[in-house]
Amino acid sequence: MARYENLLDAGGDTPLVGLPRLSPVVPAGAPPVRLWAKLEDRNPTGSVKDRAAMFMVRSAEAAGRLRPGATILEPTSGNTGISLAMVAKLRGYRLVCVMPENVSAERVQLLRMYGAEIIFSPAAGGSNQAVATAKQIAAEHPDWVMLFQYGNEANARAHYETTGPELLRDLPTVTHFVAGLGTTGTLMGTGRYLREKVENIDIIAAEPRYGELVYGLRNIDEGYVPELYDGSVLTRRFSVGTRDAVLRTRQLIEVEGLFVGFSTGAVLHAALAVAHEAAKAGRRADVAFLVADAGWKYLSTGAYGGTLAEAEEALEGQLWA
Amino acid sequence: MAIEVRIPTILRSYTGGSKTVDGAGDSLGGLLSDLDGKYPGLRGRLVTEEGGLHRFVNVYVNDEDVRFLGSLEAKLSDGDTVTILPAVAGGAFGFAALAALAGR
Repeated sequence: MARYENLLDAGGDTPLVGLPRLSPVVPAGAPPVRLWAKLEDRNPTGSVKDRAAMFMVRSAEAAGRLRPGATILEPTSGNTGISLAMVAKLRGYRLVCVMPENVSAERVQLLRMYGAEIIFSPAAGGSNQAVATAKQIAAEHPDWVMLFQYGNEANARAHYETTGPELLRDLPTVTHFVAGLGTTGTLMGTGRYLREKVENIDIIAAEPRYGELVYGLRNIDEGYVPELYDGSVLTRRFSVGTRDAVLRTRQLIEVEGLFVGFSTGAVLHAALAVAHEAAKAGRRADVAFLVADAGWKYLSTGAYGGTLAEAEEALEGQLWA
Repeated sequence: MAIEVRIPTILRSYTGGSKTVDGAGDSLGGLLSDLDGKYPGLRGRLVTEEGGLHRFVNVYVNDEDVRFLGSLEAKLSDGDTVTILPAVAGGAFGFAALAALAGR
């Protein structure tokens, strides 16, 4: 059944697609190693964040934190804001997003189209100014509701209750799950579910490694680990640089015809690493990785064309995942 | 051959401004001790008094997080690249302030 009463009901249950041309070639008779992509860009606003947004809003409604006409305030670098804007519109809330200046123009335009209001926080210069901005907002609007995706258990629960079960249903032989690490909600929720159901499954994080500009901290103690993060859910964690992420993003469209955002390129880089390890060791592997969004929102970066070095330069100082 | 160590901007005051330095050791702990000899104080920014990695420091050996490779016990070989980065988990940069305000 592919008919739904409204857009919110059409979220989730995304396709899992095999990538036979990118999967490592193994010798005749050796156990197969296969790559699978879970296409989260097929959600209502085009990203995996629709799942978290719907769960967080429903959870806040159930808890009585969100009442009709309420204003939601959310720090987000893009996709969560777009998802929340859609959900807020359909559920009757106003959304104010606080986001860094260095996100792509499409994301800002989309947010405004969906009806969200945006407050920009400085992209560089440490978090001192962000602290000041945030304090001011909070002081002026004590009634605004912050869903706070980095610490909201409903974010991870969305994946525990939907993404995880969908994956296991579609790929009971799954041996590895690979996804990007941001709020950590996807990996925590999906990872916990799969670890409960599949013995010895590998849960692998691919974390974007940005250029120097983005790490504009003044000292180590200004660092931040999302409250949702529990390292014991993961079995491995890779840091993927801009160049590798761009290379894999291009490879995915060239070889398999799949047009994805750069964060998915980073995820594919880690997925290929573990797939080739398995092939080399002669182990069977079904490596499922998560496509967080498609490439449309990143075209203006210019990083889909030109040489790798040019693409790397185009993304310098940007939050590409 | 040696182990190449990439130093983040905020720790370059310890390395005289160098982006990368060379070190030696057959484990991460060994490497950090070796580096501390040449760059006093660096190790103290990465390792807590209890002897674990600082919560807001991530260290990668050839792009893989050492916390999943034995932390300070992680094995190193000549030719490895070690990358040190502050923890600002994907896109969360600048939002620590908001987290604090949300009382979490």
